[in-house]
Amino acid sequence: MTAGHTHTSDDGADVAARAERRWTMLSVAIIVVLSGAAAFAGIHQATMPQARVETADPTTLHIQGEFVETNLGSAVEPDGSVTVRAIGQRYSFTPQCILVPADTPITLRATSSDVVHGLLIQGTNVNTMLIPGYVSVLTARFQKPGDHLMPCQEFCSIGHEGMWARVKVIDKAAFNDMASQQRRLSCVE
Amino acid sequence: MLSSKRLILAHFWLAFAVFGIALLLGAWQMFVRSPLHTWISNPEWYYRSLTAHGTVMGYVFPTLVAMGFGYSISEAALRQPLVGRRWAWVGFWLIAVGAVTAMIPVSMGLASVLYTFYPPLIGNPFYYIGVVLVVVGSWIWVGLMSVNLYVWKRDHPGEPVPLAMFANVAGSYLWGWTAVGAALELLFQILPAALGFTSTIDAGLSRVFFSWTLHAIVYFWLMPTYIAYYTIFPRAIGGKLYSDPMARIAFILFLVVSMPIGIHHAFADPQVGAGFKFIHSAFTALVALPTLLTVFTICASAELAARLRGGRGPFGWVRALPWGNPIMLATALSFVMLGFGGAGGLINMSYQLDTTIHNTQWITGHFHLIFGGAIVIMYFAIAYDLWPHLTGRALESLGLIRLQLWLWFIGMMVTTFPWHYVGILGMPRRMAYFDYSHPGLAAEAFSVSMSAVGGFILVASGVLFLTVLIRGQWAPLTEPGEYRFSTAVHPPVSLPAALNGHALWVCLMIGLTVTNYGFPIMQLLVRPETSVPAVYVGSQQ
Repeated sequence: MTAGHTHTSDDGADVAARAERRWTMLSVAIIVVLSGAAAFAGIHQATMPQARVETADPTTLHIQGEFVETNLGSAVEPDGSVTVRAIGQRYSFTPQCILVPADTPITLRATSSDVVHGLLIQGTNVNTMLIPGYVSVLTARFQKPGDHLMPCQEFCSIGHEGMWARVKVIDKAAFNDMASQQRRLSCVE
Repeated sequence: MLSSKRLILAHFWLAFAVFGIALLLGAWQMFVRSPLHTWISNPEWYYRSLTAHGTVMGYVFPTLVAMGFGYSISEAALRQPLVGRRWAWVGFWLIAVGAVTAMIPVSMGLASVLYTFYPPLIGNPFYYIGVVLVVVGSWIWVGLMSVNLYVWKRDHPGEPVPLAMFANVAGSYLWGWTAVGAALELLFQILPAALGFTSTIDAGLSRVFFSWTLHAIVYFWLMPTYIAYYTIFPRAIGGKLYSDPMARIAFILFLVVSMPIGIHHAFADPQVGAGFKFIHSAFTALVALPTLLTVFTICASAELAARLRGGRGPFGWVRALPWGNPIMLATALSFVMLGFGGAGGLINMSYQLDTTIHNTQWITGHFHLIFGGAIVIMYFAIAYDLWPHLTGRALESLGLIRLQLWLWFIGMMVTTFPWHYVGILGMPRRMAYFDYSHPGLAAEAFSVSMSAVGGFILVASGVLFLTVLIRGQWAPLTEPGEYRFSTAVHPPVSLPAALNGHALWVCLMIGLTVTNYGFPIMQLLVRPETSVPAVYVGSQQ
């Protein structure tokens, strides 16, 4: 074997190692950019999971606390925002239809009274789990009036496939008009 | 040098038999929830089927493949007969008995809790006991892989551990540790409730325990596939592995960073705060790294083989690859599915984008592409590659094999692409049927029908696969020669201890898990009044 031949093979190994290194750097850069973008958007509250963990006893939901039936549905807060409270139970949501105004900050507070349910508003990125014992909190804003389906997205035993609710987004003025007459709003007239 | 042929064949045959049954169930589920079929009279049948499909495909099938392949690797790569073969049979029978124990209550409708358990839903205790037996059986394999490597190292001091065995043991440690999460949930939370010792359960805490297992288990399923990429594919196409150390780094990265990421499954859960969700999201991003490294190393290995076969030009070499070779075909199709599935995975892992598709049919599409597609097609390739060495008979149906692989690929595409689409529309998963006459759902009808057609194509492929293997059992005898793994272009002469052993990485894996899970779990443990009444499946009927 000549010295030249050994030289060539070393060169080959160098080229290979360089190509490998470049690819590794590129891979690391992709991951750093992705995580950085997620961190940036998170800090700017583009979408942020709830920071605090809150609990609610599912066995007493119906008799005390914020999730008693008369307190469910949409309510206008002093600052003009809207809070929606809902519970999931096998196999329906209460309220079965949620009425909200368009173009208004909305806080959704929901929990489950029995097993794990999920809540997903089609056509939006409102999507959360309802775990018995814990309160799920989510903020949202609906751009324009319209109807959305709100299925239970998590298996909650037989009957799961029948668990669909609705969200009705109406004009802000009309909503405020109704809110001045009733304390809790739902689609049910 | 495969001396435990009966043991290995038993693992593969049981794996593929239960796979065939679960595949039929999956296709049936696609059919009954599509507009091609009227609503089923009893939706509970659907959830029974779903529980069986998920339990078999998630726990039994990949575990048996990893074990059977693991025993082959131990014997063929280390060139030593398996140490502890009697224990290996004990593990096998524990899994067989466990699978039957679990499936009886499921088929009776007493444990329709799906394979992710869903506390506070509580099914028949025998379902969980069966799952525990499967896990215990697989832990015997974890121990045996460790012992076999130890025995080899004792006899070969200072020599580089063969890559296949290095990766195999990394996979077994990953599984041994990741199974602890679900084991804690089953032993301390679910089984006491199922057996009637307790009547309440902290559903939030058990979801965190399960998430510990739930994501890293996917990397356990993935390990045999990646081992096949690195140690079967380059040899099968007449080439060499581009880089041995890079392969080791990829497996080490899987071992360390795939563990502490499961809370990304709980992005939408109320029981974990935002901070740990972000940490797990960032770690999930990191786990893309070993896959990106693998894409490079395997494509480079393919290029090497192609150039040795006379391929030229920046891309012209692709034509010179042996496309008719089943391992070549399977790996290429696997990579395509891994690409689409991986891109979807980056969306799921994203802290923000996940909310759009969380728990929709998109997720089903994603993991069927990764697991059912990219991973399982390589399980087929592993079986095709090993079969002549296990049976001493040649697999002659090459055309049938190619057809089978193509059908699997096409079937997966036709099944999962429509799922991704309806997922974006907001179609929830795990539902027995949909009212397609509802104007809000009518748009999804066509896509769901397509997925059902994809399911039928997959069944056809599965039937072909079993046909090829069964025909292989009766083919003429042959002398397949010694079973070999790929060699690297520059085979390692000596390796640093960090790339030749697992101790450091196992410590890191455990350390990272403790930091990433310790605090959320402690917080949930000390938080009062989070246990809720257990809901017993079957009692409502």
